[in-house]
Amino acid sequence: MGRITGELHDVAGDAGHRDHPPRMGFFTDTSVCIGCKACEVACKEWNMVPEDGLTFTGMSYDNTQGLGADTWRHVAFIEQRRPIGEQDPGLEYDGVDVLGLAGERADLRWLMASDVCKHCTHAACLDVCPTGSLFRTEFGTVVVQEDICNGCGYCVPACPYGVIDQREEDGRVWKCTLCYDRISDGQEPACAKACPTDSIQYGPLDELRERAAERVEQLHDAGVADARLYGHDPDDGVGGDGAFFLLLDEPETYGLPPDPFVTTRDLPSMWRHGAVAALTLVGGIAAAFAVGDRIGGRR
Amino acid sequence: MSEAQVTRAGERNQRPGREASPGEQGGRRRGGTRERSMVPRAEFGSYYGRPIIKEPTWSARDIAGYLFLGGLAGASSVMAAGAQLTGRPALARAGKVGGLTAIGLSTGLLIHDLGRPERFYNMLRVFKPTSPMSMGSWILAMYGPAAGLAAVTDVTGWFPRTGRAATGWAALTGPAVASYTAVLISDTAVPAWHGAYRELPFLFAGSATAAAGGLGLLAAPTGQTGPARAAAVLGAATELTVNAKMRRALGRTAEVYRSGRPARLSRVAQVLTVGGAVTAALAGRRHRAVAAASGLALLAGSACTRFAVFEAGRASAADPVYTVAAQRGAGGGRPGSDVP
Repeated sequence: MGRITGELHDVAGDAGHRDHPPRMGFFTDTSVCIGCKACEVACKEWNMVPEDGLTFTGMSYDNTQGLGADTWRHVAFIEQRRPIGEQDPGLEYDGVDVLGLAGERADLRWLMASDVCKHCTHAACLDVCPTGSLFRTEFGTVVVQEDICNGCGYCVPACPYGVIDQREEDGRVWKCTLCYDRISDGQEPACAKACPTDSIQYGPLDELRERAAERVEQLHDAGVADARLYGHDPDDGVGGDGAFFLLLDEPETYGLPPDPFVTTRDLPSMWRHGAVAALTLVGGIAAAFAVGDRIGGRR
Repeated sequence: MSEAQVTRAGERNQRPGREASPGEQGGRRRGGTRERSMVPRAEFGSYYGRPIIKEPTWSARDIAGYLFLGGLAGASSVMAAGAQLTGRPALARAGKVGGLTAIGLSTGLLIHDLGRPERFYNMLRVFKPTSPMSMGSWILAMYGPAAGLAAVTDVTGWFPRTGRAATGWAALTGPAVASYTAVLISDTAVPAWHGAYRELPFLFAGSATAAAGGLGLLAAPTGQTGPARAAAVLGAATELTVNAKMRRALGRTAEVYRSGRPARLSRVAQVLTVGGAVTAALAGRRHRAVAAASGLALLAGSACTRFAVFEAGRASAADPVYTVAAQRGAGGGRPGSDVP
């Protein structure tokens, strides 16, 4: 059993892999996402993920709504009345503010972001899985073995990002595998392959982190002060994500937790509290017998 | 790997699309400050109010039911061993038969709740200390057969020595059955559960003690139920104290206990537990019927306590504000990064 919290450089090695390839991951740069959802489609096609419901939310152009057993890539869509940076939304014609005429301010931006399983360094789903169905691959990713999962559902509320879920008609849990089959064959995952703007970038995590740091600086220089990385820090509550993001607003705006952590990090303390409570129970009942002899209950 | 043949710095005079600057192609640039925009915001943002974490898929009947029955079984086995040692055979039998029944039902509920019940044996495929459910499976595997043996030998009178050993073993492992379930639900991202991981094991221990006391009051003659009455009072007092402490520790997340189903369940739980314990203490010694009624109330109260905790967890998972508030360190709860 490996470390349960903190920075960890060799996750695959920690899980027992020898001579393993470098840790692979995703860098999803949401600043160039155009919301085309090619990633959602490519993922479903390649992985043969069943239909996730033909619902109309009415809340935005997003009818997919969120990640789940049958949705391994989810493109969020957010409309905001604020500028993206130094950008002009192009809604003024000959000095006439079109939205202004409609009684609205002209500032407008659309945020689009393709969400995915984070393949955490310290993955709660993997930690709590009682059957060993969830495992760490040689690429440092986290994958469900469907022939072992018995559908206990523990990983579902354990995931701090709300990624993994149970497929109702099937009973087992499902999530992104980072295309374990494709990457084992040297190919990039289906979503990254399909992404027309390279918003989804696949590669060795170290390289992606470097590239992301350059990109966020570039955006700051371009006046996009809100640009920030999310899940890149190996020192965060989950030891850094294998799939991290460049966001243009607070994480919660995209439906992401602002400061996620793996609850297993508190497990030693939890077991201690559980053990003391068990002893308290024994002590309590022993005391009840000591008292019970005096208040009645003959021998 | 992307097949685009561009270096990371881009080709000369040309940058790959992924390095596009927002607004660059838009023509007119506004005067543009580089400060963060000062749009006033709601206290916490969210993605259209949608939950951040997933609600547990567990059914309330199966899993909250197990939280109750597992606690009842574990504490009853301790009660049975105490009764046997102090020469209270009827109280001992109540604890043993009650323990077996409760753990039998528990096992049924746990298997029923699985998405693939026919694969239940995979629970014993690994021994995994990072998974409270794995440890719980092993705890149940150690406790269950002993509880069964203790009950069967008591009722039949066969193999008394084996029966004593089984009773002792069930009493040793029973407390773990009663309290590990609190660790199990605490080790999730559910704000109302994880935020209360220091209190939940004690809440469950108190609730289990009260339930075992209730079972004794229900099933044993008044002459032998002195310890059961004391356990009921002790358990109920622990439950009430820890419950109040838990709500303080939860901060803003404690809101989930103040409305809807968790609120109703915890109010009913409180009335039944306090009512049962007080009735047992005042009149449980003289009237068998009153003792039995108070025992029933204590059992029902313990069940409602577990269902309240279960439903509170669900409610706290369904509203993103509790996840965000706890992690932002505002609005109470324990901040997300309080441990180095």
